Amino acid sequence: MAEVLVLVDSADGTVKKSTFELLTAARSLGEPSAVVIGAPGTAAALKDQLAEYGAGKVYVAESDDIAGYSVAPAAEALAAVVEQASPAAVLVSSSPEGKEIAARLAFKIGSGVLTDAIGVDADGATQSIFGGGITVQSKVTTGIPVVTVRPNSFAPEAAPGAAEVVAVSVTLSDAAKAAKITDHVVEEKGSRPQLSDASVVVSGGRGIGKADNFSIIEDLADTLGAAVGASRAVVDAGWVGHQLQVGQTGVTVSPQLYIAVGISGAIQHRAGMQTSKTIVAINKDPEAPIFELADFGVVGDLFTVAPQLAEEIKKRKG
Amino acid sequence: MNIVVLVKQVPDTEAQRQLNPDDNTVDRAAVDPVINYIDEFAIEEGLLLKEAHGGEVTILTVGPERATESIRKALSMGADKAIHVTDEALHGSDAIQTAKVIAKALGTIEWDVAVAGSEATDSRSAILPALLAEALGVAQLTQARKVTVDGSTVTIERVTDTGYESVQGSTPAVISVVEKINDPRYPSFKGIMAAKSKPVTTLALSDLGIDAGEAGLANAWTQVVSFENAPPRAAGQTVKDEGNGGGQIADYLASKKLI
Repeated sequence: MAEVLVLVDSADGTVKKSTFELLTAARSLGEPSAVVIGAPGTAAALKDQLAEYGAGKVYVAESDDIAGYSVAPAAEALAAVVEQASPAAVLVSSSPEGKEIAARLAFKIGSGVLTDAIGVDADGATQSIFGGGITVQSKVTTGIPVVTVRPNSFAPEAAPGAAEVVAVSVTLSDAAKAAKITDHVVEEKGSRPQLSDASVVVSGGRGIGKADNFSIIEDLADTLGAAVGASRAVVDAGWVGHQLQVGQTGVTVSPQLYIAVGISGAIQHRAGMQTSKTIVAINKDPEAPIFELADFGVVGDLFTVAPQLAEEIKKRKG
Repeated sequence: MNIVVLVKQVPDTEAQRQLNPDDNTVDRAAVDPVINYIDEFAIEEGLLLKEAHGGEVTILTVGPERATESIRKALSMGADKAIHVTDEALHGSDAIQTAKVIAKALGTIEWDVAVAGSEATDSRSAILPALLAEALGVAQLTQARKVTVDGSTVTIERVTDTGYESVQGSTPAVISVVEKINDPRYPSFKGIMAAKSKPVTTLALSDLGIDAGEAGLANAWTQVVSFENAPPRAAGQTVKDEGNGGGQIADYLASKKLI
C-alpha cells in the first residue's frame, strides 16, 4: 500500500490532537507516514507520540531557515518529501497556515488541493460548504489529492507504528526565503484549549450585556475544559478579541459540544458552528433562532442558568 | 507606491446560497452578488497605504460581467482604476487556476503590493493569496492584522493562535489582511459619482496569453462530483427555566455522556 503523508502540527513538544486525527484518517487510505518540518530538534520530542498513532515513518526536515521564514519553506520541504515518498495523498490540518502550506505544495507538485474536508477517500474529500448548508463530494482530477482536514472530523484512535525516522535534506530556494519571521509574540497563552480544534466550546453573545460579564462564559468553559468563543456582536463591541469570533467570517468550529450563551443565532454565527455534534443554547428569547439548531435549549436568564450549570458540572465531577 | 487590491464578488451570505445542479458550480444567479466582506478591509488598507505613501490603487477582479457592480463599489470607496478579467472560459476555475490568471494580469502592470482579503465568504478556502505568492515567486505576507511599509520593506503582524508573528519581506509582495485590521470607509456621494468615470480595463484570457484549454471547469485540478443539501438539524428539546435550567442542562449532558 502506498504511503499517505500527514503534516505534523505541534506546539511546545506536543503533537496536536488534529494530527492524531489525520494519522487515523490516513490509515483508511494507505500507510500513514508523519512529516515533521521545523527547527532542529523538533522531531525528537514528537517521534514517540507519532508512533502511538500509527506513523510507519517519520520524515524529518529540520533547519533554522525552515523555521525562520513564513509558510513557503514548509511547502518546499513537504514537496521534497513527496518527491522522495511518492505518496497516494497528503493530509494537512485545516488551520490557516496548514491551508496555505497545502496550497503551495499542490501548486508545486501539480496537484489539486481540497480544503476543509470533513471526510477523505482515495480520490478526494467530503466538504461541508455554505455554513454547513450543503455537503459536497469533491475529487482531485490531476496529481495526488492534497487535502486539508477540519479538526474534530475524525476520532483519533491509537495504533502502533514503527515511526522509523527518515531524514530529509532540503536546500531552500531564494523564493522560499522571501518572508522572514522576525518576531514571535505570545499575547494570550491561557490554559484553555484552542478554539479551532477544541472538543467543547462555550460561546457568549450580546446577551451577556458588557465586557465584565464575559467571565460567566469563561467560568463555565473552565468547568468543562472548553475553549471560549464569541459572536460577532461581542467582538464588534470590543468585549473580546477578534480571534474568538465564531461565524461566517471568523473561526468555524465543529466540536463534540457547543454551548451558546446569550447568542440569538444569526445566520452569520450559525455558519460557523452548525456542524457541531451537540448544541446547547441558553437564551431569554424563546423565539431566538439558535433554538432551531439546539439539541437542548433553556429559555431563561443566562445570569442564573449559566452559573448554575457551572456549579452542577463541578458537583458532578466531585 | 503602486497598490493593487484583489476584489472578489461573492453571493450574499445573508441569503440561501446554492450550487448549480447542472455543473456543481456556485449558483451566482440565485442570490444577489456582493463584494466579499473581508475584501472591504483590503480596499481600505490599500487606500490607507496610498494616503501614507502616495501612488495609485488599482482594483483587480476576476469574475463574470456582473462583477462590475463590485468593482464600481470599490472605485467609489476611493480606488483609482480597475482591471476586470472576464471570460466565459473562466467559469468553474478553481483556486490554482485563478491564481495563475491573477499572476498573469499583474504582469500587465507595474505594482509593488497586491493586497487581498484573507478569505472569501463563498469558498472560505483562504488559499488564493498564498497561491499567488507561489505563482509569482514573491514574498507571502498573509493573515495580517497590521501592515507597515518602509521604502521597499513591508512588515506585517501575522495572526497566530496565540498572538502574532512579525513577518518581513520586500516588494513586490502579496499581502492578505484579516477583518478588523481597519475600519472600511463608506463610499461618499462624491465618491459614487466619481466612480462612474474611473477607468476599468477589461481583459479576456487571450489578452493575458492564457489558453482557454487551461482555464475553467473542464481543466480544473479539482472537481465537485456531487452535492446534497444537508438535512436540517432535527429540532431538539427546549425547556423554560423554572429555577433548575442549569441542572436540566447538566442532566442532558450527562445523558449524552458529555460530562
